[in-house]
Amino acid sequence: MNIQDFIENFAAQFDDTDEALFTAETEFKALDEWSSLTALSIIAMVDDEYDVIIKGSDILNSNTIQDLFEIVENQQQ
Amino acid sequence: MDYNPFSLVGKTILVTGASSGIGQETAIACSKLGARVIVTARNQERLQETFDQLETIDEGHMQLLADMTSQEDLEQLIASLPSLDGAVLCAGNSTTLPLQFGSRQKFDEMFDVNFFAPVELLRLMYKKKVLQKGASVVMIASIGGTHSFMPGNGVYGASKAALNSVMKYAAREYASRKIRVNSICPGMVDTPLIHRGTITEEQLAEDAKKYPLGRYGRPEDIANGAIYLLSDASSWLTGHDLVIDGGFSI
Repeated sequence: MNIQDFIENFAAQFDDTDEALFTAETEFKALDEWSSLTALSIIAMVDDEYDVIIKGSDILNSNTIQDLFEIVENQQQ
Repeated sequence: MDYNPFSLVGKTILVTGASSGIGQETAIACSKLGARVIVTARNQERLQETFDQLETIDEGHMQLLADMTSQEDLEQLIASLPSLDGAVLCAGNSTTLPLQFGSRQKFDEMFDVNFFAPVELLRLMYKKKVLQKGASVVMIASIGGTHSFMPGNGVYGASKAALNSVMKYAAREYASRKIRVNSICPGMVDTPLIHRGTITEEQLAEDAKKYPLGRYGRPEDIANGAIYLLSDASSWLTGHDLVIDGGFSI
Protein backbone atom coordinates (compact mmCIF):
# COMPACT_ATOMS: atom_id res chain seq x y z
CA MET A 1 0.00 0.00 0.00
CA ASN A 2 1.19 3.55 -0.60
CA ILE A 3 0.42 6.74 1.24
CA GLN A 4 -0.91 8.60 -1.80
CA ASP A 5 -3.66 6.03 -2.45
CA PHE A 6 -4.44 5.96 1.23
CA ILE A 7 -4.89 9.74 1.32
CA GLU A 8 -7.19 9.55 -1.71
CA ASN A 9 -9.30 6.81 -0.14
CA PHE A 10 -9.35 8.78 3.09
CA ALA A 11 -10.45 11.98 1.36
CA ALA A 12 -13.24 10.11 -0.46
CA GLN A 13 -15.07 9.73 2.86
CA PHE A 14 -15.59 13.50 3.00
CA ASP A 15 -18.14 15.53 1.06
CA ASP A 16 -17.43 19.20 1.74
CA THR A 17 -13.74 19.42 2.59
CA ASP A 18 -11.37 20.76 -0.09
CA GLU A 19 -9.26 17.87 -1.42
CA ALA A 20 -6.15 20.04 -1.24
CA LEU A 21 -6.45 19.93 2.55
CA PHE A 22 -5.67 16.21 2.65
CA THR A 23 -1.97 15.42 3.05
CA ALA A 24 -0.06 12.90 5.13
CA GLU A 25 0.28 15.57 7.82
CA THR A 26 -3.40 16.53 7.96
CA GLU A 27 -4.77 16.41 11.50
CA PHE A 28 -8.04 14.93 10.33
CA LYS A 29 -10.05 15.10 13.55
CA ALA A 30 -9.65 18.90 13.49
CA LEU A 31 -11.47 19.15 10.15
CA ASP A 32 -14.87 20.86 10.39
CA GLU A 33 -16.57 17.97 8.64
CA TRP A 34 -15.15 15.26 10.91
CA SER A 35 -17.90 13.28 12.71
CA SER A 36 -18.51 9.90 14.28
CA LEU A 37 -20.06 8.76 11.00
CA THR A 38 -16.87 9.74 9.14
CA ALA A 39 -14.94 7.62 11.63
CA LEU A 40 -17.20 4.64 10.85
CA SER A 41 -16.68 5.25 7.13
CA ILE A 42 -12.89 5.30 7.54
CA ILE A 43 -13.04 1.98 9.46
CA ALA A 44 -15.23 0.45 6.74
CA MET A 45 -13.03 1.86 3.95
CA VAL A 46 -9.90 0.33 5.53
CA ASP A 47 -11.69 -3.04 5.77
CA ASP A 48 -12.85 -2.79 2.14
CA GLU A 49 -9.65 -1.52 0.54
CA TYR A 50 -6.92 -3.02 2.72
CA ASP A 51 -8.61 -6.02 4.35
CA VAL A 52 -7.59 -4.73 7.78
CA ILE A 53 -9.94 -4.35 10.75
CA ILE A 54 -9.01 -1.26 12.72
CA LYS A 55 -10.71 -0.14 15.91
CA GLY A 56 -12.26 3.13 16.98
CA SER A 57 -9.34 3.53 19.38
CA ASP A 58 -6.87 3.40 16.44
CA ILE A 59 -8.59 6.47 15.07
CA LEU A 60 -8.68 8.08 18.49
CA ASN A 61 -4.93 7.50 18.89
CA SER A 62 -4.03 8.90 15.46
CA ASN A 63 -3.49 12.59 14.89
CA THR A 64 -2.49 12.66 11.25
CA ILE A 65 -3.46 10.58 8.22
CA GLN A 66 0.15 9.32 8.27
CA ASP A 67 -0.37 7.96 11.81
CA LEU A 68 -3.38 5.95 10.70
CA PHE A 69 -1.63 4.82 7.54
CA GLU A 70 1.15 3.34 9.67
CA ILE A 71 -1.33 1.48 11.88
CA VAL A 72 -2.97 -0.06 8.82
CA GLU A 73 0.38 -0.87 7.22
CA ASN A 74 1.59 -2.58 10.39
CA GLN A 75 -1.53 -4.72 10.62
CA GLN A 76 -1.28 -5.76 7.00
CA GLN A 77 2.10 -7.40 7.59
CA MET B 1 -47.16 -16.11 49.76
CA ASP B 2 -46.84 -18.39 46.76
CA TYR B 3 -48.65 -16.04 44.38
CA ASN B 4 -46.37 -15.57 41.38
CA PRO B 5 -47.88 -14.99 37.93
CA PHE B 6 -44.35 -15.03 36.47
CA SER B 7 -43.51 -18.53 37.68
CA LEU B 8 -42.01 -20.84 35.07
CA VAL B 9 -42.33 -24.01 37.15
CA GLY B 10 -43.25 -26.98 34.99
CA LYS B 11 -42.23 -25.26 31.76
CA THR B 12 -39.47 -26.46 29.44
CA ILE B 13 -37.75 -23.52 27.76
CA LEU B 14 -35.13 -23.36 25.00
CA VAL B 15 -32.65 -20.47 25.03
CA THR B 16 -30.38 -19.93 22.01
CA GLY B 17 -27.24 -17.79 22.17
CA ALA B 18 -27.05 -18.91 25.79
CA SER B 19 -23.28 -18.68 26.13
CA SER B 20 -23.13 -14.94 26.72
CA GLY B 21 -24.94 -11.65 27.17
CA ILE B 22 -28.73 -11.56 27.05
CA GLY B 23 -29.04 -15.29 26.28
CA GLN B 24 -26.94 -16.31 29.25
CA GLU B 25 -28.80 -14.04 31.65
CA THR B 26 -32.17 -15.20 30.33
CA ALA B 27 -31.29 -18.87 30.74
CA ILE B 28 -30.18 -18.34 34.35
CA ALA B 29 -33.27 -16.23 35.17
CA CYS B 30 -35.59 -18.89 33.72
CA SER B 31 -33.95 -21.54 35.91
CA LYS B 32 -34.40 -19.36 39.00
CA LEU B 33 -38.13 -19.19 38.29
CA GLY B 34 -38.32 -22.96 38.18
CA ALA B 35 -38.13 -23.75 34.47
CA ARG B 36 -36.38 -26.71 32.94
CA VAL B 37 -33.92 -24.94 30.65
CA ILE B 38 -32.37 -26.20 27.42
CA VAL B 39 -29.38 -24.03 26.54
CA THR B 40 -27.73 -23.97 23.15
CA ALA B 41 -24.78 -22.10 21.60
CA ARG B 42 -21.73 -22.75 19.41
CA ASN B 43 -18.93 -22.72 21.96
CA GLN B 44 -18.78 -25.72 24.29
CA GLU B 45 -16.65 -24.10 26.96
CA ARG B 46 -18.77 -20.97 27.29
CA LEU B 47 -22.01 -22.94 27.08
CA GLN B 48 -20.78 -25.09 29.96
CA GLU B 49 -20.20 -21.90 31.99
CA THR B 50 -23.85 -20.96 31.53
CA PHE B 51 -25.02 -24.48 32.25
CA ASP B 52 -23.06 -24.51 35.52
CA GLN B 53 -24.82 -21.33 36.63
CA LEU B 54 -28.35 -22.70 36.17
CA GLU B 55 -30.30 -23.09 39.41
CA THR B 56 -31.39 -26.65 39.91
CA ILE B 57 -34.99 -26.13 41.02
CA ASP B 58 -35.82 -28.33 38.05
CA GLU B 59 -33.25 -31.08 37.54
CA GLY B 60 -33.79 -31.72 33.85
CA HIS B 61 -31.65 -28.97 32.32
CA MET B 62 -29.88 -29.83 29.06
CA GLN B 63 -27.13 -28.27 26.96
CA LEU B 64 -26.97 -28.83 23.21
CA LEU B 65 -24.16 -27.55 21.01
CA ALA B 66 -25.28 -26.09 17.70
CA ASP B 67 -24.27 -23.48 15.16
CA MET B 68 -27.57 -21.83 14.29
CA THR B 69 -26.36 -20.97 10.78
CA SER B 70 -25.75 -24.64 9.91
CA GLN B 71 -28.84 -26.42 8.54
CA GLU B 72 -27.38 -29.76 9.65
CA ASP B 73 -26.88 -28.51 13.22
CA LEU B 74 -30.39 -27.03 13.25
CA GLU B 75 -31.99 -30.28 12.18
CA GLN B 76 -29.96 -32.23 14.73
CA LEU B 77 -30.99 -29.74 17.41
CA ILE B 78 -34.66 -30.12 16.49
CA ALA B 79 -34.34 -33.91 16.68
CA SER B 80 -32.75 -33.67 20.15
CA LEU B 81 -35.25 -31.26 21.69
CA PRO B 82 -37.97 -32.30 24.09
CA SER B 83 -41.43 -30.72 23.78
CA LEU B 84 -41.17 -27.03 24.56
CA ASP B 85 -43.39 -24.60 26.44
CA GLY B 86 -41.21 -21.68 25.46
CA ALA B 87 -38.23 -20.55 23.42
CA VAL B 88 -36.12 -17.43 23.60
CA LEU B 89 -34.16 -16.84 20.41
CA CYS B 90 -31.17 -14.72 21.46
CA ALA B 91 -28.42 -15.90 19.09
CA GLY B 92 -27.37 -12.93 16.99
CA ASN B 93 -24.62 -10.62 15.94
CA SER B 94 -24.19 -6.95 15.14
CA THR B 95 -22.14 -4.71 12.92
CA THR B 96 -21.61 -0.98 12.66
CA LEU B 97 -21.29 -0.04 9.03
CA PRO B 98 -22.35 3.02 7.01
CA LEU B 99 -24.81 1.96 4.31
CA GLN B 100 -22.45 2.83 1.45
CA PHE B 101 -20.29 -0.07 2.65
CA GLY B 102 -23.25 -2.41 3.10
CA SER B 103 -22.48 -4.76 0.22
CA ARG B 104 -24.64 -7.77 -0.56
CA GLN B 105 -22.02 -9.88 1.25
CA LYS B 106 -22.26 -7.77 4.43
CA PHE B 107 -26.07 -7.96 4.37
CA ASP B 108 -25.93 -11.72 3.76
CA GLU B 109 -23.58 -12.28 6.71
CA MET B 110 -25.87 -10.30 9.02
CA PHE B 111 -29.13 -11.80 7.74
CA ASP B 112 -27.76 -15.37 7.97
CA VAL B 113 -27.23 -14.99 11.72
CA ASN B 114 -29.93 -12.52 12.77
CA PHE B 115 -32.76 -13.44 10.42
CA PHE B 116 -32.51 -16.74 8.53
CA ALA B 117 -31.20 -18.77 11.49
CA PRO B 118 -33.94 -17.85 14.01
CA VAL B 119 -36.66 -17.91 11.36
CA GLU B 120 -35.65 -21.41 10.23
CA LEU B 121 -35.47 -22.61 13.83
CA LEU B 122 -38.93 -21.19 14.51
CA ARG B 123 -40.30 -22.80 11.34
CA LEU B 124 -38.92 -26.24 12.21
CA MET B 125 -40.02 -26.03 15.87
CA TYR B 126 -43.56 -25.33 14.68
CA LYS B 127 -43.66 -27.74 11.75
CA LYS B 128 -42.19 -30.64 13.77
CA LYS B 129 -44.51 -29.76 16.66
CA VAL B 130 -41.62 -29.32 19.07
CA LEU B 131 -43.52 -26.27 20.32
CA GLN B 132 -46.46 -27.52 22.34
CA LYS B 133 -49.91 -25.97 22.12
CA GLY B 134 -49.92 -22.82 24.23
CA ALA B 135 -46.14 -22.32 23.96
CA SER B 136 -44.58 -18.87 23.99
CA VAL B 137 -41.79 -17.76 21.64
CA VAL B 138 -39.66 -14.68 22.31
CA MET B 139 -37.42 -13.25 19.58
CA ILE B 140 -34.70 -10.83 20.63
CA ALA B 141 -34.88 -8.07 18.02
CA SER B 142 -33.79 -4.45 18.52
CA ILE B 143 -35.10 -0.91 18.53
CA GLY B 144 -32.75 -0.54 15.54
CA GLY B 145 -34.64 -0.84 12.26
CA THR B 146 -38.12 -0.26 13.70
CA HIS B 147 -37.98 2.35 16.46
CA SER B 148 -34.54 3.90 15.98
CA PHE B 149 -32.44 4.61 12.90
CA MET B 150 -28.96 5.60 14.07
CA PRO B 151 -26.33 6.14 11.33
CA GLY B 152 -24.15 3.07 10.89
CA ASN B 153 -26.81 0.62 12.09
CA GLY B 154 -28.61 0.02 8.79
CA VAL B 155 -27.37 -3.48 7.97
CA TYR B 156 -27.99 -4.69 11.52
CA GLY B 157 -31.28 -2.82 11.91
CA ALA B 158 -32.68 -4.15 8.64
CA SER B 159 -32.06 -7.75 9.79
CA LYS B 160 -33.85 -7.08 13.08
CA ALA B 161 -36.75 -5.27 11.36
CA ALA B 162 -37.22 -8.30 9.11
CA LEU B 163 -37.24 -10.51 12.20
CA ASN B 164 -39.90 -8.32 13.81
CA SER B 165 -42.02 -8.63 10.70
CA VAL B 166 -41.89 -12.44 10.67
CA MET B 167 -42.67 -12.38 14.41
CA LYS B 168 -46.01 -10.69 13.69
CA TYR B 169 -46.94 -13.04 10.85
CA ALA B 170 -46.04 -16.05 13.01
CA ALA B 171 -48.18 -14.65 15.83
CA ARG B 172 -51.18 -14.59 13.49
CA GLU B 173 -50.57 -18.02 11.98
CA TYR B 174 -49.51 -19.87 15.12
CA ALA B 175 -52.46 -18.58 17.14
CA SER B 176 -54.40 -21.57 15.80
CA ARG B 177 -52.30 -23.67 18.22
CA LYS B 178 -52.49 -20.94 20.87
CA ILE B 179 -48.76 -20.46 20.41
CA ARG B 180 -47.78 -16.87 21.19
CA VAL B 181 -44.94 -15.11 19.40
CA ASN B 182 -43.53 -11.80 20.62
CA SER B 183 -40.26 -9.94 20.41
CA ILE B 184 -38.20 -7.72 22.66
CA CYS B 185 -36.62 -4.63 21.14
CA PRO B 186 -33.77 -3.63 23.44
CA GLY B 187 -31.79 -0.43 23.22
CA MET B 188 -28.05 -0.71 23.77
CA VAL B 189 -27.38 -3.41 26.35
CA ASP B 190 -23.99 -3.80 27.99
CA THR B 191 -22.89 -7.17 26.59
CA PRO B 192 -19.67 -8.37 24.88
CA LEU B 193 -21.38 -7.61 21.55
CA ILE B 194 -21.03 -3.83 21.96
CA HIS B 195 -17.39 -3.96 23.05
CA ARG B 196 -15.89 -5.08 19.76
CA GLY B 197 -13.91 -1.87 19.37
CA THR B 198 -15.50 -0.24 16.31
CA ILE B 199 -17.05 2.22 18.75
CA THR B 200 -14.58 3.31 21.45
CA GLU B 201 -15.34 2.94 25.16
CA GLU B 202 -15.35 6.75 25.39
CA GLN B 203 -17.98 6.98 22.63
CA LEU B 204 -20.09 4.30 24.33
CA ALA B 205 -19.98 6.19 27.64
CA GLU B 206 -21.02 9.38 25.83
CA ASP B 207 -23.82 7.55 23.99
CA ALA B 208 -25.18 6.07 27.22
CA LYS B 209 -25.89 9.63 28.39
CA LYS B 210 -28.49 9.96 25.61
CA TYR B 211 -30.69 7.45 27.42
CA PRO B 212 -33.39 9.21 29.51
CA LEU B 213 -32.90 6.69 32.31
CA GLY B 214 -29.20 7.54 32.29
CA ARG B 215 -27.54 4.25 31.40
CA TYR B 216 -27.34 1.41 28.91
CA GLY B 217 -29.39 -1.69 29.61
CA ARG B 218 -28.15 -4.64 31.61
CA PRO B 219 -28.77 -8.21 30.43
CA GLU B 220 -31.21 -8.75 33.33
CA ASP B 221 -33.37 -5.84 32.10
CA ILE B 222 -34.03 -7.88 28.97
CA ALA B 223 -34.19 -11.27 30.73
CA ASN B 224 -36.97 -9.94 32.97
CA GLY B 225 -38.96 -8.92 29.90
CA ALA B 226 -38.46 -12.39 28.43
CA ILE B 227 -39.74 -13.93 31.66
CA TYR B 228 -42.94 -11.92 31.42
CA LEU B 229 -43.45 -13.00 27.81
CA LEU B 230 -42.75 -16.68 28.64
CA SER B 231 -44.95 -16.79 31.71
CA ASP B 232 -48.71 -17.17 31.98
CA ALA B 233 -48.81 -13.50 33.04
CA SER B 234 -48.76 -12.63 29.32
CA SER B 235 -51.30 -15.25 28.21
CA TRP B 236 -53.27 -12.71 26.18
CA LEU B 237 -50.30 -11.03 24.53
CA THR B 238 -49.09 -12.01 21.08
CA GLY B 239 -47.53 -10.26 18.08
CA HIS B 240 -46.10 -7.56 20.30
CA ASP B 241 -42.66 -5.93 20.09
CA LEU B 242 -41.78 -4.98 23.64
CA VAL B 243 -39.45 -1.98 23.66
CA ILE B 244 -37.03 -2.05 26.60
CA ASP B 245 -34.66 0.85 26.03
CA GLY B 246 -34.46 3.17 29.03
CA GLY B 247 -36.65 5.63 27.14
CA PHE B 248 -34.23 6.09 24.22
CA SER B 249 -36.80 5.80 21.44
CA ILE B 250 -39.39 8.12 22.99
